Amino acid sequence: MTPQETSAPQLGRRHLLRAGSLGVGALGVGAASVGLDRALRDGDRAAPSPSAAAAEPLHGGVIVPFHGEHQAGIETPAPGAATFVSLDLREEVDREGVLRLLRLLTDDAARLTRGEPALADTEPEMAAEPAALTITVGFGPGLMARAERPVPEWLAPLPAFGIDQLEDRFTGGDLMLQIASEDPLTVSHAGRMLLKDSRAFTRVRWVQPGFRRSPGIQAPGTTMRNLFGQLDGSANAAPASEHFSQVVWIQEGPFAGGTSMVIRRIRMDLDGWDEADRTAREQATGTRQDSGAPLSGGTETSDADFEQVSVNGFPVIGEFSHMRRAHGIDEGEHQEIFRRPYNYDIAPPPDSGAISEAGQIFVSFQADLRGQFLPIQQRLDTLDLLNQWTTPIGSAVFAIPPGCAEGEYIGEAVLR
Amino acid sequence: MSRTTTSHAASTSTDSLSTTSSMSLLSARLPRRAAFAALLLPLAACAAGSGDADGAAGGSDGGPDGGASGGSDRGASGGADGGAASDGALTVTDPWVKASEEGMTACFGTLTNGTAQDLVLSGARTAASSLVELHETTADGSGGMSMQEKEGGFPLPAGSELVLEPGGNHLMLMDLTAALRPGDEVELILDFEDGTEHPFTATVKDFAGAQEHYEPEDSAGAVASDGGGEHDHGSDHGTAHESDHEEDQ
Repeated sequence: MTPQETSAPQLGRRHLLRAGSLGVGALGVGAASVGLDRALRDGDRAAPSPSAAAAEPLHGGVIVPFHGEHQAGIETPAPGAATFVSLDLREEVDREGVLRLLRLLTDDAARLTRGEPALADTEPEMAAEPAALTITVGFGPGLMARAERPVPEWLAPLPAFGIDQLEDRFTGGDLMLQIASEDPLTVSHAGRMLLKDSRAFTRVRWVQPGFRRSPGIQAPGTTMRNLFGQLDGSANAAPASEHFSQVVWIQEGPFAGGTSMVIRRIRMDLDGWDEADRTAREQATGTRQDSGAPLSGGTETSDADFEQVSVNGFPVIGEFSHMRRAHGIDEGEHQEIFRRPYNYDIAPPPDSGAISEAGQIFVSFQADLRGQFLPIQQRLDTLDLLNQWTTPIGSAVFAIPPGCAEGEYIGEAVLR
Repeated sequence: MSRTTTSHAASTSTDSLSTTSSMSLLSARLPRRAAFAALLLPLAACAAGSGDADGAAGGSDGGPDGGASGGSDRGASGGADGGAASDGALTVTDPWVKASEEGMTACFGTLTNGTAQDLVLSGARTAASSLVELHETTADGSGGMSMQEKEGGFPLPAGSELVLEPGGNHLMLMDLTAALRPGDEVELILDFEDGTEHPFTATVKDFAGAQEHYEPEDSAGAVASDGGGEHDHGSDHGTAHESDHEEDQ
């Protein structure tokens, strides 16, 4: 959300909804238009103390429009909580069944994201605070085949990388739901509702909950720190920019207005990371841990100077550092992806002796999976100091269809 | 009569769109809700394509056929631009049917009588079932709930609302003619005592509740008693004149 949007409480809900209902064209590049009217309405009754009521807007009523040229939940600022669900279609589900499922999910998503109960919602009260809820749907190759439509060539498991130790329980799937909101309770209810409507058609393959910063903690747009303490996502294209559109949105074909999604579960060895002192950590990434600035100087957003050498003649941004390898400077190439990761921090395996089990749900969107994501990943697989502490244990690729207009179902442009 | 309609899916779907805008009983909070309702495009309503963005005005009671049905309107509603004003229509909001492979199931939703006339819902029909009954749920006097056919139908006074919901009043679809699978659309017709009818389209939903067990006493009727799983619930809801049920969330 942009500052302008959040500071426009005079806009009534009706106004915002009407704007949302204009659909494709009116949403422009898909930047979320978000209202806080609900917060104002509820402020006097729900605020913890009378004196704080005026100063502390609530976030529960924030609505991100569901319909539009692109699906919400990609260009939308990443909210505090997300659950990623991968589903496998039951054997008997045919094309017609896939379409019935998508109509149900579309209706659920449209209602829940605007703070309305889903149809036949048994806990309608839990739908009242969408808190910037977005529901994003992705198709695996299995769904495209079942729906009797061509599977894009790129829509396939990533090639096996040497660093991978993939586990089936975090890998693959026919249908992906990204359910994200500023509030984990909202995510839980929305996920439950979507899964109840999916149950007749699918089985759950995997579920990955993740978290970022809570709302109101940092200024919008602040880069998140991952569990290594690193600023993660500094190089991302700015949402609502032409740059973003070029990096993320597919321009032609049935998936025009959509994108490709890579989701990988990256285990992070926090115990091993503890053994690395700050200098070693910064050498591994090529960036300062505190500011996220390249070691060549400047700030988080400064361009790295890969030519800069130390008094001893070594590159300041090391040849094996994550930043340099990801950037592709030494290969004479450069690709970009848009990262939208979440953290996970769960109970360690019983009797493992470990004190934590943590990592990142790496999520990236890119218009061209093969042209943008794969070269980066291949370079990092070949050489990246950070690999000492990170292990991919899950991986999946999904095709994100474009957004839908009112009356359409998600993916209609692709599956019709 | 305003709710008389000879049209089919498209117009009925649109009916349900504008539904809440015609609830004259709802109070000041209605405009917001009505705005939402305008955005509720039913699952298969692409053809209608008439999602009137200005739902709060509630002007349209039928989208594509609004003009036609307007011709037979009683004219009692007048301009509907006031948001909360009745548009003179009978509407069905958010209708759905519990999925079932065979046997019987039930249909739920909210009927709103936005007309100036008192109505009595006397029956319902659908090709999906050989017989539809109107059922009510009442306390059986021994702490449980019992389900029975509503004698004389459901009265629906002008401006009132009838909530059909699991554990409460519902349309009982006996003897299904085919499986009703999640995501299917079912066409139903409501019949009123004065001879008018109102078609609408309901979405089939996978639903764990509404597990009433019916034990028909004879081939014509069915006296039902639920499985005992919904004590102390049904009696709070589903009264015929509940006007503010959904707003109470």
